[in-house]
Amino acid sequence: MRVIRSLLSDDVPRGRLLVALLAAILVGLAVVPFVAGGARALNTAATICVFIVLVASYDLLLGYAGIVSFAHTMFYGIGAYGVGLALGAMGPTWWAVFTGLATALTVTLVLALVIGLVSLRVRALFFAMITLAVASAFSVLASQLSDFTGGEDGRNFRVPEVLQPGYRLIESEIFGRAIDGRLLTYYLVLAVSVVLFLFLLRVVNSQFGRVLQAIRENDFRAEALGYRTVVYRTLANCIAALVATLAGALMALWLRYVGPKTVLSFEVMTDILLIVVIGGMGRMYGAVIGSVLFILAQNYLQLGMGRAAAQLVDWPWLARVIHPDRWMLWMGILFIACVYYFPTGIVGKLRGTAR
Amino acid sequence: MAEALLTLAGVHTHIGQYHILQGVDLEVREGELTALLGRNGAGKTTTLRTIMGLWKASQGRLRFEGRDIAALATPEIARAGVAYVPESMAVFSDLTVRENLVLGARQGRLDSARLEWILGFLPALGKFWNHQAGNLSGGQKQMLAIARAIVEPRRLLLVDEPTKGLAPAIVQSLLAAFRELKATGTTILLVEQNVSFVKRLGDRVAVMDDGRIVHAGPMPDFAADRALQMRLLGLAMEAHT
Amino acid sequence: MNDEFVPAQQGKGAAIPAAALDYAPLVLVPAVAIAMLPLVGSFPTWVTLTVAGLAMGMMIFIMASGLTLVFGLMDVLNFGHGAFVSVGAFAATLVLLPLGDWTQADSLALNLSAVGLAIVVAMVATAAVGWVFERLIVRRVYGQHLRQILVTMGGAIVTEQMIHVIWGAEQIPLPLPKALRGAFVMGDVAIEKYRLLAVAVGLVVFATMFLVLNRTRIGLLIRAGVENGPMVEALGYRIRRLFVGVFVAGSALAGLGGVLWGLYRETLTASMGGEIVVMVFIVIIIGGLGSVGGCFLGALLTALVANYAGFLAPKLALASNILLMVAILLWRPAGLYAVARR
Repeated sequence: MRVIRSLLSDDVPRGRLLVALLAAILVGLAVVPFVAGGARALNTAATICVFIVLVASYDLLLGYAGIVSFAHTMFYGIGAYGVGLALGAMGPTWWAVFTGLATALTVTLVLALVIGLVSLRVRALFFAMITLAVASAFSVLASQLSDFTGGEDGRNFRVPEVLQPGYRLIESEIFGRAIDGRLLTYYLVLAVSVVLFLFLLRVVNSQFGRVLQAIRENDFRAEALGYRTVVYRTLANCIAALVATLAGALMALWLRYVGPKTVLSFEVMTDILLIVVIGGMGRMYGAVIGSVLFILAQNYLQLGMGRAAAQLVDWPWLARVIHPDRWMLWMGILFIACVYYFPTGIVGKLRGTAR
Repeated sequence: MAEALLTLAGVHTHIGQYHILQGVDLEVREGELTALLGRNGAGKTTTLRTIMGLWKASQGRLRFEGRDIAALATPEIARAGVAYVPESMAVFSDLTVRENLVLGARQGRLDSARLEWILGFLPALGKFWNHQAGNLSGGQKQMLAIARAIVEPRRLLLVDEPTKGLAPAIVQSLLAAFRELKATGTTILLVEQNVSFVKRLGDRVAVMDDGRIVHAGPMPDFAADRALQMRLLGLAMEAHT
Repeated sequence: MNDEFVPAQQGKGAAIPAAALDYAPLVLVPAVAIAMLPLVGSFPTWVTLTVAGLAMGMMIFIMASGLTLVFGLMDVLNFGHGAFVSVGAFAATLVLLPLGDWTQADSLALNLSAVGLAIVVAMVATAAVGWVFERLIVRRVYGQHLRQILVTMGGAIVTEQMIHVIWGAEQIPLPLPKALRGAFVMGDVAIEKYRLLAVAVGLVVFATMFLVLNRTRIGLLIRAGVENGPMVEALGYRIRRLFVGVFVAGSALAGLGGVLWGLYRETLTASMGGEIVVMVFIVIIIGGLGSVGGCFLGALLTALVANYAGFLAPKLALASNILLMVAILLWRPAGLYAVARR
């Protein structure tokens, strides 16, 4: 018990339902390859892992530091492209993975520092606008430098041998599942995601995290207490960006592909924003619950909407608004409702009034 | 005795988590100049802003001409006849002197006779009629802020530290301006740190400390009682005497 | 407003110079254009690029002007502004597509009437959307920047999705009216007709805004409100109403910009506003948040630089905006024309 407490940095989830849900998610993610064999289920689970990290790192900015960035996918993309392009250029070795990762982390750090120092000293709005501009320029740049990045089509690449689908760790099957490279990749993604999440939990519960929240509540006062708000916010921006870069690298290893649609597009940014707010801002566990619900819904609820829409041919208008392609309409409405009525999101509701 | 023009009773104001006004009781009588004194941070500016509705009182009564104004929005309070000259020369610096004054006239028209009268005791404004207010000197900005507040007759004038940071010569001309205003029967609530300035103007005085009124009475009595001044204002007044 | 009163001693012995106009940003636009001439090399190409840049700049100015005023007046930055641009463009199809006879007729008058009618419909539609947006979304989050960014972003998503619901998910072609296609050719120099129209409309909008802001009482109130809103309230003006008016007018301008931009692209997608809004943000940062004049110069500058860069180094066109923004902010950290603020 004490080990768990310390792993969670003493930020134990409160509320029985929340604990049960989180435990179910952890167990589910751990056993999914053996329970649901299909590629689709595994893909969904891996996406959930990566998104939990991505969203949690964004929550460090939005929920804890109180700043809105639209450049989070840019850093995510830098991680994915860094690893993907390095693997493409240097061949499928671990050396290439680490070179790509190191380059990506360096680029991220420099960009996050510069953006932070230039625009965080002014105000939240300014930072939001600047990050939006920089991120969109970056994504245009990525698709235009097609010799290097593969442009709109992106690039496929081969991963190190251990992670390739054809690799077998042991010859026999366990619970009817071959122990192949995909499985190993999945557990790599899961393990790194868990570590990164625990790291973020540690960050927000440290002295640093508390100062960030103090700044969010009242930056004049925090400044008066002698905290350099710009420094703290810039640091938060860098940490969040670096974690997003790592999440991008994981995604690249999982997909064995990088392209602007999957890692750089504004849609990914909107997804992150929606998940953070719906899951619960300023609550790390919100990232977990939000990501799971959102990605499950994205993968499965849309099927249901499609069926329902097909039933409604007699009411074309209704059919149009519940058409699976319109699911963002409902997400958008839910999002606005959350900002107004449930600022603490699902996790806040599950926790009740605690905190 | 008739009710005072403005009455504050047990007014509390919170700004964020800070409890600034902690039960202010204050009366401003018609036709008088009431000076509101006190140390920095005593709550004088907050009192003016609360009367103006720029901060909302969390508790207590604010009555103006027998009417409860605590719940009114700032524009409605201004329309009821309260004019406000904020601290630190809050003129619209992108606008010209004329435009600043035009804004002060809610009818949209400047009354020439009244303007002649105002420019009579604030002559600098006429000189710079079509200049951007941002280019004026500190004293001129202060005069413009006062002129803007009185460009139409108002029932009550709230003025926040008009002499702050101004050269003695300009303070002298402000003194003359306030005397002229008093002579025409304007009711004024004047926040000041400069005790010698208000001693020469005030009919009544109220002293604030820690968000409360700690003394209220006629100005001549207060001006004559150096021990009282020392006790209430302490070091704050030595700088000005 | 009464301008009859002139103080007797006005002007005599004025110790300070009359309001000095800040010329440097004004000179910047022609300076950039002229400096690019040798780099571009060919005069006809330069003219084409410059006119295209000016046209683009005018369209962006029209979209950005409302946004910057709304920001200046109430400290509200509407991240949903781009969606209004899309709504305007799509609303124009309600007129332009049924009026195919007018737009494809060989008559400039009929063509322009169709476009004019489309503009009116689009502006009314976006004004209505803006009004609803202000009531439902913006009103509750004054002074709370974080929530403001979030809900206006959410509003943008919902608005964009509603466009899909109403007009379908496919992109819609919006052909230019016949008389507006093609170019005027003078020797080697070719100038597209539609770009001239865009420049003309932009100038009219700018002149109108300039007059309203500087010659009317409403304009006086807006300028004062941008500088110090609470003081305007303390003078007895209900700034909330003023703000709603400006918000609605700004939304209508976004709609106008959307029509022009849609006709320029000749195809409409629901995300077209969201794409252009990035340029719009860069422009209002460059111009100085809240400044209409700065917004105008910033729009022209950004579009010109993007056009020249697109010709000289095509891959860097969008990055050029970021570089321009950084350069301007290094020169003037609050933008070309910083608005005095308290």
